[in-house]
Amino acid sequence: MKKLLTTAASIALVSALSISAVAADKLKVGFIYIGPPGDFGWTYQHDQGRQAIDARLGDHAETVFVENVPEGPDAERTITRLARQGAGLIFTTSFGYMDPTLNVAAKFPDVKFEHATGYKRTDNVSTYGARFYEGRYVIGQIAAKMSKSGVAGYIGSFPIPEVVRGINAFLLGAQTVNPDFKLKVVWANSWFDPGREADAAKVLISQGADIITQHTDSTAAVQVAEAQGVYAFGQASDMAAFAPNALLTSIIDNWADYYVDRTQAVLDGSWVSTDTFGGMDANMVQMGPFVNMPADVKAMAETTTAAITSGELHPFAGPVYKQDGSLAAAEGEVVDLGTLLGMDWYVKGVDDQL
Amino acid sequence: MNKLRKQLELNVQLILEKRPQSSGLMNLFSPLLAIVLTVVVGGLIFAAMGKPPLTALYLYFIDPLTSWWSVEEVLVKAGPLVLIGVGLAVCFKANVWNIGAEGQLTVGALMGAIIPILWGEWQSPFALVAMLCLGALGGALFALIPAWLKTHFGVNEILTSLMLVYIAQLLLDWFVRGPWKDPNGYNFPKSVSFEGWHLLPMWGDGRMHFGLVVSLVAALVLFWIMRHTLKGFEINVVGSAPRAGAFAGFSQTKMVWFCFALSGGLAGLAGLIEVAGPIGQLQPQISPNYGFTAIIVAFLGRLNPLGVIFAGILLAISYIGGEGIQIELGISSKITQMFQGMLLFFILMCDTLILYRLKWISTKPNQSTTGHAS
Repeated sequence: MKKLLTTAASIALVSALSISAVAADKLKVGFIYIGPPGDFGWTYQHDQGRQAIDARLGDHAETVFVENVPEGPDAERTITRLARQGAGLIFTTSFGYMDPTLNVAAKFPDVKFEHATGYKRTDNVSTYGARFYEGRYVIGQIAAKMSKSGVAGYIGSFPIPEVVRGINAFLLGAQTVNPDFKLKVVWANSWFDPGREADAAKVLISQGADIITQHTDSTAAVQVAEAQGVYAFGQASDMAAFAPNALLTSIIDNWADYYVDRTQAVLDGSWVSTDTFGGMDANMVQMGPFVNMPADVKAMAETTTAAITSGELHPFAGPVYKQDGSLAAAEGEVVDLGTLLGMDWYVKGVDDQL
Repeated sequence: MNKLRKQLELNVQLILEKRPQSSGLMNLFSPLLAIVLTVVVGGLIFAAMGKPPLTALYLYFIDPLTSWWSVEEVLVKAGPLVLIGVGLAVCFKANVWNIGAEGQLTVGALMGAIIPILWGEWQSPFALVAMLCLGALGGALFALIPAWLKTHFGVNEILTSLMLVYIAQLLLDWFVRGPWKDPNGYNFPKSVSFEGWHLLPMWGDGRMHFGLVVSLVAALVLFWIMRHTLKGFEINVVGSAPRAGAFAGFSQTKMVWFCFALSGGLAGLAGLIEVAGPIGQLQPQISPNYGFTAIIVAFLGRLNPLGVIFAGILLAISYIGGEGIQIELGISSKITQMFQGMLLFFILMCDTLILYRLKWISTKPNQSTTGHAS
């Protein structure tokens, strides 16, 4: 029995070693996910980006990921583990990994790190994010055209600047069509909690919203909209399959090009720490097909998308009024980048308090 | 034929019968048996998933102990589990059911964080001592709420302590998004980073910190109390025979207060140690359910403080190993929860079967007597 165990252990040891040995000649690219790739939202799109590295650079790079990593002390250990196991480039794909990423980066100066949606950078830590608010502006316009009640419901995750920015852009877009458009907000206090997201959608619909949009990661809200016969928008990925009649369009996060570029940069030795905040112009934010809407609404959405892509239109171009009535940007001005990145106030017309 | 089968189904019952005496040896071996069963069934599941079972089990249970880095990480993970687990072990031993350690942990972290956040300029070793005391105090006070509800109104403490967890988490959430938000943090939900004497002393280049010493000392002290003091005797008597305890003059009410204060205080201390150690600031999420996992730890450790140390380390390995196989073999992170669930299931099953035995009883519908079918 003892001998059997010894043999078993040595077989296991050898196979464990051989797993690491294969990795030696390729660049190992690690990913840390906040949720499961099966959320069909935020993490799903990051995983699509990871697969793009495998597909396009598979000869020189290989990828590995860890899912459901909580934003706490575990994150630091998980990132350290990836670095220790020879990853040369590590993407940490949620805001809460910011400080853990910096701590690990300080101990592994030769490993490159890429932190999504954060603001702290060092020589081997880049940050990247996308101007999702550009897409929010487009769906806000569509919402105001399609809504009969003039009220939309917005399911927020956490009141951080990225989410508040999206809410404001949505309402600013809607107000260009209907100046009296109203927006109700419910906070789910989670990025991924399908049960709670669905409940929030039901509450908003019962309060008179006939358009549902969300800044959470699952498809629960659009499924509720489909069942209750109101319109909805997909978030992070094309959610058309989950609500074929209710979905008007989706805001799609496209990380694939960025991930492939950054991996290529490490392979070429040209990687430097940068801050990327790309929008429709950089193809990091894409709009899904415009469906379930009349031709004139579709035409308007396409025109707006084109104008934002070309830089002709900025969603936060003045005049922008805050909720308290004060002026945030005058006519002819644009809300500056610093204010956008730290946004902690609502625009006029949001039916909620921060 | 069908009718006969139906009758058989009706007439044969499976019951649990208390064994006249339980085997002391088996009592000791029950956790080991549960671990072996978990490993065997786990291996079968790996095989069913098409993964090499031996490699997977090696990566899961042995690999975390093969490098100093991962041993350190196991200890860092085991620290809070042991600290909370020993408090809960005493609590459960006395038949007091504190299920809300997670909430007490959260409030302890909040109370202790008062010093770095409101008196950031007070830098001295005493600041750290005060933080540790406030952490324990916060957890203990929060735990006294279910104790008070139980002793004054007879409210079930399992429900109240569990529900208070969500209140505590929302309280923390409110603080880090509201008054205690880092003013230079772009409105992100985080407090300022703790500095200097507001952080626990560390050693090595890894993440080993002073909190591990606290966990070890707490376990040893509680072991001594349970073994050699009147209080320990009282806890055992009140827990196993409440009526006998009452005759001996031990107060059930005082026991509830004591257990909640103790386990809550230790959970609060664990929370403070997490934020002043591995995390270094307040944020919405400070614990990956340590307070709930510690319940498994307490039972796996036979409600014995020394046993809890080993159980804490085993559970910590299950976390670290679960992460390892996720990276090396691409197995879902849910596997960690599954192993922990299996472990608790098997240990409860083994315990039950040591105290009871299964018996088939067949009842003849027309007869009033019952007979045993062997």
